[in-house]
Parts: sequence; C-alpha cells; structure tokens
Amino acid sequence: MGKQKKLGRGVTIVGAGMSKFGMFKDKDSKDLFAEAFNEMLSSVDKGVDPDDIEALYLGNFSNDFFVHQAHWGPIISDLIGLAPKPSTRTEGACASSALAFREGVFAIASGFYDMVLVGGVEEMSKCSTEEVAEGLALATVPYEGNVGFTFPGVFGLIATAYFAEYGASHEDLMNVTIKSHNNAPLNPKAQIPFSIRDLMNNKLARIKKKGGPVPQWEDEKAFLRDISVNPVVAWPMHLYDCCPIRDGASWMLVVAEDMARNFTDPPIHIIGMGQGSGRGFHAADSITSFEATKNAAKEAYGMSGLKPEDIQFSEVHDCFSMAEIIHIEDLGFFKPGEGYKAVSDGLTRLDGPKPINTSGGLKCKGHPVGATGVSQLLEVWKQLRREAGQRQIPNENLRIGAAHNLGGTGGTCTFTILERR
Amino acid sequence: MEERPFSDLSYVQYLNEEKLMGSRCKHCDALYTPPRSICIKCYKSDMEWVEMKGNGKLAAFTCIAVGPPRMIAEGYDRNNPYCVGVVELDEGTRVDARIEGVDPKKPETIKVGMALKVKFLHRGEGETRVTYLAFTPQ
Repeated sequence: MGKQKKLGRGVTIVGAGMSKFGMFKDKDSKDLFAEAFNEMLSSVDKGVDPDDIEALYLGNFSNDFFVHQAHWGPIISDLIGLAPKPSTRTEGACASSALAFREGVFAIASGFYDMVLVGGVEEMSKCSTEEVAEGLALATVPYEGNVGFTFPGVFGLIATAYFAEYGASHEDLMNVTIKSHNNAPLNPKAQIPFSIRDLMNNKLARIKKKGGPVPQWEDEKAFLRDISVNPVVAWPMHLYDCCPIRDGASWMLVVAEDMARNFTDPPIHIIGMGQGSGRGFHAADSITSFEATKNAAKEAYGMSGLKPEDIQFSEVHDCFSMAEIIHIEDLGFFKPGEGYKAVSDGLTRLDGPKPINTSGGLKCKGHPVGATGVSQLLEVWKQLRREAGQRQIPNENLRIGAAHNLGGTGGTCTFTILERR
Repeated sequence: MEERPFSDLSYVQYLNEEKLMGSRCKHCDALYTPPRSICIKCYKSDMEWVEMKGNGKLAAFTCIAVGPPRMIAEGYDRNNPYCVGVVELDEGTRVDARIEGVDPKKPETIKVGMALKVKFLHRGEGETRVTYLAFTPQ
C-alpha cells in the first residue's frame, strides 16, 4: 500500500558504456554489445576482473520481430565470456533495459549477488520504416493497434488533447526539438549531432549547390514549419518531432555499496527507484498524463525522501517532442499545462535551472528501444561524475540527477534517482 | 440478453453485429468499454452487457501519414492519411476508434470536443471479415 520503498542494502554504479547509436548495416547486436562492453570495462577507474561478474540482466524489446532471433540472454552471456553464469532477459517495450537495471539492483540489494551487469540492445535498421512501425505497434494496447494507431499517432493524439486543454500549439513543441538539438553536437555519441540551425544551413547549402529556388527560412522555426523538409508523420507530429529508432547497445556495472570504492571514486549511488503500469487511453484517468510515470515518481521520491525541486537535472523519455512536455509535468518539475512554457522560457536548457536531456535525448542521441533505459542512466552517471565533456552541466554542486524511461503507450514507466556523495 | 463471456472476442463479435457493447458491474455499477470481466473498482466478477447508444465527443485525435502495413493495404499513405481518435461516449466511458467523415488532409478542421456518432466499418468477406469501430460527425 503506502509503504515507503527501500533497498535491502546500498547499491551503486561503478562503470558504464554504450555503443554508438545509429544505422549499422555491417554490425549486429553482438557487435554493438561488444563495443559497449569494452567501453564499460575501460570506464572502471581501478579496473574490474570480468570473472567477478555474477549475473547478467538484459533488456530487449523485440529483436524477435526485428531480426528474427529471440532468447538473447545466453547469446550475450556467451559473447562476453559470462556463461555458464545466469542471464535473464527483461521486456518492457522501450523501457526494457530500465527493467533490467532494476532487476540487477534488486538482486544485489537482496544480498544474493555483489556484482552484476545490466544492459540493453535493439537492432532495428534491417527493417523498413513500415516494418519498424508495425513492430513497435506490437507494444500498444490491443484496442489501439486494432484501429490503426502508431507510436507517432499516439503522441499526436496526446498533443491534440493537450493543445485543446492548455492552449499550446505545434509552435511550442518546436522549442523542445530546438533545445534537444542544441545539446546534440556536444555529445560524441549522438546519432544526429547537429543543431536545427546546422541542419537548416546544410540543407540551404545543398539547395544552392544544386540550383533552383532557395527557401527563405528566417530562423529554425521557419525551417520546421516548412513541410517540404519537416513533413507530417502523424499530425501534429512532424518528422522533427520524432526520435530516430535504429541500432545500439548499452551496459552498466552495478555493485554493492560496501565494495564500490574498490572500483571507482566516486561511485554513483541509487537513492530512488520507481516503476508504474498504465492502462491505455480508453481507461486512463487522463489523456495528457501518464499514470505509470506518476506512480514511478511517487515510489522514487518516497524512497529517496526527495521532492521534484531537489532533482537538479533529468533525462526523460522524449520519443516525441510532446512526450518530453508530458513527462516534465508528470514528474512534478513543472505544473500541468506549464511544461511547454518552461521549455520556451529556456528553463530546461543545458545552462538553465532544470536541464532536461543533456545527452540530446532520444531525439538526437537515438532510440534503439531496448538500449535506451540504461543509456539514459549512463548520461546521468557521466554528468554526476563530471565526465560529460562539452555538455557538462555548468553547476559545481551537481549531486542529484534522474532518469525517466517509458515503454509502450505509457504501459511501463520507470524513474530512477542517482546521487553523488 | 444472451450471456457471452465478457471478453475482447465478444466485443469484436458484437462490433461485427453492429453493436457497441460494454460491461456493467452488477455489484457496484461501474461501466466499462471495451468490456471487462473483472471489475477493477470492487474486484467482483459479476457483469452484465450494456449496449452503448453510440453517441459521444472527440477527446483526442491524430491524422496518420505513415501507417502500418494493414492500413497501407487499405490505400492509406503519405498523400492519403487516415484519422484515428479517442471518443468519450455519452455514457462516460472512452473507446479508441477510427474517425470517418472528416478530412485528414486538413487536420486543423477537426476539433477536439466535436459531437460524433458510431459507424461500423466492415472489411473483407466471409472468414476474413473484420469490423472496425469508427465514428463520424453527428
């Protein structure tokens, strides 16, 4: 019931790595995992003997559909030399690896293991856009899929309800896109490492080179208003409101708190964790809010004893521009109906009071669905360790950050709060 | 009314017969569309079928230009988008449905809150016949 959630013992993150996210015709899931695994090993300051890893938790939504191969736990366990130790696959649509992370944390908190590896993977670029849309639509609730909803459609639907309720418009969503793209060039792992202004100027240069009429885009919004470069996918979601869904893998090394300093200084502590389930729009309390996110936030704030204003920065699941606004309201960072104003006022920029998606978010970093949850936690881990390079948040006292991951049409959401002590 | 199980299959069968059906808990009166067999308010499993009048208003919508293969097979594409939405019924519950009789190429003319009435879209014949729940402006 209202019981405050807590871990049986402290758990920390001491290493993390991710592959580049993108479209890789010449790499498969195993190659991407190997790339991420090597980066994870070299991220452990004082080194780690892979023999000491006791179990593997792996998030994957649907490689079964995308590359016709299921049962990825033992495949990856064998790849990195962990077999015959246990491997477990978790599935929660786009939140699959956040669930793997939670299972790993619970296993350590229970005292059963001291060191586990958690991660996620997805390999989607071998499918056509239509096939990917069909595969992802498997994660809608049945009544939504039946009438032809797609994922962009679901967030288009939320947008029309939000606009009607609060008076916002597609122009407001553009501020989210522009903000996320401004962070992207600062992230060497971003799939689309360009600002909207860069993309606009590149396009203009190509048009001028080819000859013909040159568009008159006075600014980024004029560019985004032009449906010849930013066509409708599911109104009002346009191309630049949607994140790219391709290939990638991510890993994290999770260990018991009492041994963390053997591996790194500083470890990052898990101080709040929450998860929730949703019910589909026909049954949900609201169309402009995810009850699964609210439940996840309630659990995580309860466990940590923190309030939304204590979270200094957060990664949130911006699969679509509209999603980011809903999440920053559901997580309590801004009041319902005020998220879009906060974005247009610059409050969520890298140098603002509440930076959101410093990685460039799913929008620019890319969204290989099963790999996303752990990659979001990786960004928070890097920021707290002051290892985020050019996109480091300019705050000397950065101590508490969070990551929010959403699966399906809000069917599974997680919220995790991390702390540097 | 005959006692079919309060299942998704029955819901679809009723749509095929041009009936939009919900279930009502005999114990606490909670109403559900699509039907539920277990009441999520009082946890009893004592339901009865209720036919919805088929009137409601548009709670949210989208016009989809890039659809799944099934919709592409019906002739929808980037130049011919289709509209789907969430409809709030007069009885107070909601359903997901296709929205017909509007112009998905001019989404700005489609308004949240507009009054709608039910329409049953039949596709295919015989064994492959399916019925989709749709609504059109009143």
